[in-house]
Amino acid sequence: MIAKLEAQDVRLDYLQPRSNSQLRALAGIDLKVMDGEFVSIVGPSGCGKTTFLSVVDGLIPASAGRILVDGRVVTKPGPDRAVVFQDASLLPWRTVLGNVRYGLECLKVGAREAKERATHFINLVGLSGFEDHYPYELSGGMQQRVNLARALVVDPKILLMDEPFASLDAQTREVMQEELLQIWLKAKKTVLFVTHQIDEAIYLSDRVIVFSGRPGRVKQSIPVTIERPRRLAVKREAHFHGIEDAIWSLIEEDVRAERNQVTLT
Amino acid sequence: MVILLLVWEAIGASGLVDPLFISSPTGVARAAWQLSQRRDFWTDLQVSATEFMLGYGAALAVAIPLGLALGLSKRLQYLIGPFVDTLNAVPRVTLLPLIIIWCGIGIWSKVVVVFLGAVIPILINAQSGVKASEARFIRVARSFSASRFKIFSSIILPGVVPFIFTGAKYGAGRALLGVVVGELYASTAGLGHLIADAGNTFQTDVVFVGALLFMAAGLIVVALLDVFEQRFERWRPSPR
Repeated sequence: MIAKLEAQDVRLDYLQPRSNSQLRALAGIDLKVMDGEFVSIVGPSGCGKTTFLSVVDGLIPASAGRILVDGRVVTKPGPDRAVVFQDASLLPWRTVLGNVRYGLECLKVGAREAKERATHFINLVGLSGFEDHYPYELSGGMQQRVNLARALVVDPKILLMDEPFASLDAQTREVMQEELLQIWLKAKKTVLFVTHQIDEAIYLSDRVIVFSGRPGRVKQSIPVTIERPRRLAVKREAHFHGIEDAIWSLIEEDVRAERNQVTLT
Repeated sequence: MVILLLVWEAIGASGLVDPLFISSPTGVARAAWQLSQRRDFWTDLQVSATEFMLGYGAALAVAIPLGLALGLSKRLQYLIGPFVDTLNAVPRVTLLPLIIIWCGIGIWSKVVVVFLGAVIPILINAQSGVKASEARFIRVARSFSASRFKIFSSIILPGVVPFIFTGAKYGAGRALLGVVVGELYASTAGLGHLIADAGNTFQTDVVFVGALLFMAAGLIVVALLDVFEQRFERWRPSPR
């Protein structure tokens, strides 16, 4: 069976303008995500997980290796992938409806159809009645819902989510995680989810991929065998903590190594 | 404001200072009334207003598109940037004699001076507005495969609007300055001409009327721009 999304030996080298030296961000990423699978990437900060997501989206060209969607090589952004951005990045001068409709405008979908589809997804994320509000009038959680609706509306095969809940408070984050799973079950999308929160990754995912410290490479892929649908309460079960410990010990040494490097230099 | 006027009136009436120097509010009001009865005053007003509107309008029409283009294109910036910088550095009043030689002492020399005064601030603001457009919004647009035109119209342009208004307000002041200086230097009509004439014949009241009119004109233009700007800025949270 062909993977929905596949990364083959993806490397990325940055040219650092100040010192004019090459910085290796990604050192050969290999991974496969199957159709409908929810996969998270965790790793120490600076491991290139967000950068990798940008490469998958096609915003940053890989220095070597390739990205395949349904077995076809992709090199630039396309409607088969959509990003849920880290800091919501809603256009402040557009209303909720205007923001959600944005992707459809870029695809030159007719105004009436665009409005219909946007309204549908605004309802799906639970924001009906807020269509004409501007982003500054919304809470952080609501902004992230708009961000999610904006990605879903173009009907992508793959959702690329870049720490979408990182800036939310702990309670809102938990609620959003549960809602995301419900939406994911309804929308039937393949998801690649980047986060630095281990419990978030486990709770949401079918599989958690652990990145090593810089330069990023896949350290291990850990399947999460917790039955769905999952209630938030599973986070407090022993099995859950077992997976959490296993992942944390994988990351821990890299985090410590990074820390030592910082103290040394 | 009221206190200021009263003090001014009191000093004028007390005879402490020669009324020739400071006049008085009532004196100015009287002069304004007398002026308004004269046909040539209205001609002066009309001439000045025409100069302002033609020069300022042309400045807006040229500076906004050119500023946007300069902000977008590095090549264009290399090509035209130095000229803009030079023009910005030169006090444009120094060009006045040249402009008079080229365009005569009629309204067109003033239109050119007004244009030169207003065009630079508007242009530079529009240009820096483009440069200030937020990378994260452009990333969103690119992620949705937006065309170059779509990125411009949906991301860059809305971000530039406040910059353009700032430039337009500043440019309005420069444009009015152009009207006055141009007319003071050489003219046959206009408010500046009126002021120069009144000054030369020691009619302090009339000079004050002219100055107040320019002040009012400046305030009105900025107020109009503010109202217009409000319509673009509904999405911005109010400061409190």
